[in-house]
Amino acid sequence: MTSSLRFRAAVVSIALFAAFLGIWHLATRPTAAAHNMSPEYAKLMGLTATQGKSAMPGPLDVGAKLWEHLRQPFYDNGPNDKGLGIQLGYSIARVGLGYFLAVIVAIPLGFLIGMSPLISKALDPFIQVLKPISPLAWMPLALYTIKDSSISAIFVIFICSVWPMLLNTAFGVAAVRKEWINVARTLEVGTVRRAFTVILPAAAPTILTGMRISIGIAWLVIVAAEMLVGGTGIGYFVWNEWNNLSITNVIIAILLIGIVGMLLDQILARFTRMVTFPE
Amino acid sequence: MTDKFISIEAIARRYPGADGKETTVFENLWLSMGRGEFGCVIGHSGCGKTTVLNILAGLDEPSEGAVIVDGQAIEGTSLDRAVIFQSHALLPWRTVLGNVAYAVTSKWRNWDRAKVKAHAQTFIDLVGLTGSEHKRPSELSGGMKQRVGIARALSITPKIMLMDEPFSALDALTRGTLQDEVRRICLETGQTAFMITHDVDEAIYLADKIFLMTNGPGAVLAEIVENPLPKDRGRIDLHRHPYYYALRNHIVDFLVSRSKTFASDVTNHDPRNVPVVRPGLSEPTIVSAPNLVETGSAQTVAR
Repeated sequence: MTSSLRFRAAVVSIALFAAFLGIWHLATRPTAAAHNMSPEYAKLMGLTATQGKSAMPGPLDVGAKLWEHLRQPFYDNGPNDKGLGIQLGYSIARVGLGYFLAVIVAIPLGFLIGMSPLISKALDPFIQVLKPISPLAWMPLALYTIKDSSISAIFVIFICSVWPMLLNTAFGVAAVRKEWINVARTLEVGTVRRAFTVILPAAAPTILTGMRISIGIAWLVIVAAEMLVGGTGIGYFVWNEWNNLSITNVIIAILLIGIVGMLLDQILARFTRMVTFPE
Repeated sequence: MTDKFISIEAIARRYPGADGKETTVFENLWLSMGRGEFGCVIGHSGCGKTTVLNILAGLDEPSEGAVIVDGQAIEGTSLDRAVIFQSHALLPWRTVLGNVAYAVTSKWRNWDRAKVKAHAQTFIDLVGLTGSEHKRPSELSGGMKQRVGIARALSITPKIMLMDEPFSALDALTRGTLQDEVRRICLETGQTAFMITHDVDEAIYLADKIFLMTNGPGAVLAEIVENPLPKDRGRIDLHRHPYYYALRNHIVDFLVSRSKTFASDVTNHDPRNVPVVRPGLSEPTIVSAPNLVETGSAQTVAR
């Protein structure tokens, strides 16, 4: 039954996708070309005006361009013309670094908050105020103090991924079942060993859920951050291609951002499944 | 004076109430047990049974008084006092063997893996779980989970085994088999055990001494009932023993009526010298009990 449901769902998905492509294709068909335009004027105008070509690229244009990119993902023709693979690589590296720093800070601090009601209460007002700040609002301050646009972008990723991880770790640690703690207490297990053998495994699913939310947010923010800092990365690529008025490349970038985001999420989902225990 | 292996001396437990006043669950509670004895506490909910057990375990602290075990005042939890939790409290991310081995490594930190495994396996075999070592708690039935809890508690060879209504969440059949196991293990190993229960028959079957507590707040230990049934009693024919109904009626009477009225009826109760009762043939209410048992008909009793 399950496999048949999956099969039917796949059929519907493919049908929807085909319908989407079909409508897109029809909507971007060239209209009748202009006939009585003076040749000199026509030279000044683009294909849109002279040949009736749609301003919006059709699926075939995008497909052809995508194929071109995929055949050569890592070319480097100077600062404004790099392969998509290189641009995505820059973005993933920034996200990875900022995210890694956030993990190093958020998980131990979350443990502390979860285990100590005093620290929890003391830090609560700071967290409540800092959490809702848009990560991009930190950008000017980061640029001013760090004086390096690339590191500033990493800082912005750090600051946006730290909160979900911090709060989920603190919640997961604080919500560990009392009876498991009591088991450790009756066995005279020391604090450090208790943290690693009882609290960490018990809170791991919640912590990983926080990490999964964080990686999603980090990937959302990196595009905006790179639009601001410029230079490299998929966000910069989108903005650069918008300035070039290459809508085809913008659409391709959007597609790739979605796919990479999905892959990052799936990786974390897999980790979450690994640490989840059935009750 | 008998050997006092466990001695609870004048403990009290008070909780701060909402209106600033303190609620006293119990105070000036004295209780002692000898080595190798099986003690059961019976009382209604809210009389502080679990608090007494938690204090014995070291999970809770008395507001006043002290608990002495084997000649030493207890301070906090200890590997000498193992707890079998009502909710089994197994670590769900560990296997059966992992859960027992966790306790073993907690007691003997420098043992190597093979030694820990062999030791844990002994106790898994003892509770009859051979073959399920590598299952996770989620794959086990309620009874099997509690068996793991028992194996974990026994594996650290504690001086005292503390049980907080260990079988209350199990179905009647499973409960019966586990009671048999616990009784067999305690008799074989001479284990001192302290158990909380709601089940009168469980107490009669397992306990040497039954501690009756009145209703809280302000609960007191009203009576210590010595079990008159022979040591080699079996669960199946327990109710055929001539003393059985005397004992059972005595406890049930206490739970039904005397636990409520005790505070007003008994004015000269001395918590340090709690009366010890040994229900037997002389109990007037059931003086002809042995004859009735011989006739073998329950109908005769009714008429």
